[in-house]
Amino acid sequence: MSDADCGRKTYDGPPDYRVVGRHGMYPDISHDEIARFNFLAQMNRHLSTKVMPGVSEAFDARVEPAFKKSEGRDFRDRHEVRKALLRDPLFQWWSALRRATMEQRQQAGRWVTLRQAATLNEKAAQMTEGDNRLSLDPDLKIPRYVSAIDHHCMPGSYHTELTPGDVTGAANYDIGLFATTGGMLGQFNDGGGVAVAEWVKKNLPDFKPKRILDIGCGLGHNVLPIAQAFPDAEVVAVDVGAPMLRYGLARAKAMGVDNVRFVQGDVSKLAEFENESFDWVQSTMFLHETSYSSMQQIFAETRRLLKPGGVVLHVEQPQYSDDMPLFEQAMRDWDAFYNNEPFWTKMHEVDLDAYMAKAGFAKDGIIHDGVAAIVDPAVFPEAANDDEQEDYGRKAAWHVIGAFKETGAAAS
Amino acid sequence: MMELDPFALSGAKAKGKRPYFLENPDTERLMNIVMTLAQEVSVMRERLDTVERLLDRKGTISRDDIENFEPTKDDADARGAWTQEYIARLLRIMQQEREALGAKDQYSEEVADELAKE
Repeated sequence: MSDADCGRKTYDGPPDYRVVGRHGMYPDISHDEIARFNFLAQMNRHLSTKVMPGVSEAFDARVEPAFKKSEGRDFRDRHEVRKALLRDPLFQWWSALRRATMEQRQQAGRWVTLRQAATLNEKAAQMTEGDNRLSLDPDLKIPRYVSAIDHHCMPGSYHTELTPGDVTGAANYDIGLFATTGGMLGQFNDGGGVAVAEWVKKNLPDFKPKRILDIGCGLGHNVLPIAQAFPDAEVVAVDVGAPMLRYGLARAKAMGVDNVRFVQGDVSKLAEFENESFDWVQSTMFLHETSYSSMQQIFAETRRLLKPGGVVLHVEQPQYSDDMPLFEQAMRDWDAFYNNEPFWTKMHEVDLDAYMAKAGFAKDGIIHDGVAAIVDPAVFPEAANDDEQEDYGRKAAWHVIGAFKETGAAAS
Repeated sequence: MMELDPFALSGAKAKGKRPYFLENPDTERLMNIVMTLAQEVSVMRERLDTVERLLDRKGTISRDDIENFEPTKDDADARGAWTQEYIARLLRIMQQEREALGAKDQYSEEVADELAKE
C-alpha cells in the first residue's frame, strides 16, 4: 500500500464489504468474492461522483446548445433531452459503464449463490419446513408487469425457480445490494425500512398498529425493521416470488424476527384477507414495478383492507414535476430505459394524488413527506448528509406518499 | 435436487433486449470484457494486500487466514483508498473527456503553425 499511503486525503469511499451483516441464512462468501463486491461498490461510487457530473457538464456545454441551434427552440420534454444525450460520447460511455457494472454485479452475486445452491436451498427448506408463516401458491399467475422483463437486470427476476425450493435468486439480491448502493442502505440493507418505522413513530406517536401489511415485500429487507419497531404487531408480507418468500422467512428467523408471515399472492386481489383487517399498509420501492391498471387495483385493494383511521404509505423516488429540470427527469429515466424498470418512467409522470382520490381516499387525508435511509453513521455513508452524490433515482432518500382512511368510512 | 451449472447460470442474460450505447457495439462488447478484467485485477490486488498485512502481523499465513481476514477500520480505509485511486487511473480517459469540455484547447499542429508565423 506504500504508493497510496503518500498524501492521501481522508478516506470517504464505501466501507469494506465485511461490514455487511451476515445473518444465519447468508451464503458462504470467499475473500475474492468479497473483493469483487468491493470493486463494484467503488465503481458505482466513482461513476456517480466522478463520471456522471461530466454528463451534466456536457449537456450544458454542447448537448443543449446543439439542440437549440438545430431545432431553433428549447427541449419540449425529458424524452427529447434523453434522445439528444444518447448521441453524446460522455453519456454513451457513462451509460455503457453503468450497464456493465450492473451486469457484473449480477454475475458476481449469482456465482456466489449458484455454486452453493444445493446447500442454500436445503438450509432454507430446513428453516421454513412446517412453519405456517410461509404460505406459497404454486398456481399463482405471475402478473405481466413482473414476467415481461427482468427488473434491474436481475436474471430470473423475483419469481423464477431454477430448481424446486430455489432461494438462490433471493440470496443473490440480498448479498449484492451493498454493491449497487455503495453501502448506502446499511448493515442489513434495511436503512429504508428503519426510516419508515421512525417516520411513523415520530409523526404518528399514538399509532399502535395491531396488523401491518407490506405489499411487494421481496425478501423482506424493508419490512423487518417495521416488524422490529412494532414487535406486538402481526405483520403480513406479500410478494409474487416464491424464492423471495422462502428466503425471506428463513432470513427473518435467522435474525430473530418472529412476527412476520410471508404470503405468496398478487397484491391487486388479496381475497384471502377480510375488509378492514389492517391498521397499516406499506409499500417500499414497489409501485414503480407495477402498471397503471394494477396500481389502480392495488390502491383500491389497500383501501378495502384498511381499517377506518388506518394509514397507507408508499415509499418511492420523487415524482417528475414542472419544477424538476428536464435534464434531471431524463437522468432519472435512465433506470427505466436502460436498467429494465419500464414502468418507472410512466409512474413518475402521473398525479399520484389523483390515483389515491380515485381509489376513494379523501384528498385532505393525503400525506406527502420525505425520508432518507437511516444507517449506523460510524460505518456507513448517510444519504441525508450526502450532497456530493446525486445518483439520480438511486440515492437512498425517498418520497413518502400516503393517506389515512377516514374514520366511519365504509369499505368499498 | 437437480444439478445447476453455476458457470453458465451466473452469466445468464436478464430478460429484456439489451441496449448498446457506444457508436460501435463491438467497442462496447470489448469494454465489457476489459471492465471484468479490471475487476479481477482489483480482486488480486486485495488478496495480495491481505497476504502482506497478515505476513506483517504474523510472519506466516495459511489459506484459511486469508479467507477469514477481518480488516481493521484503518486497513479497510487504506484498501478502499487504493481501489478509488485504481479506478481513477483506469478511467483516466473519462476524466480527461470531462476536463476537455471546458478547455479552449488547440491541436498541437495548429499551435505549430501559429508559432511558425514570423
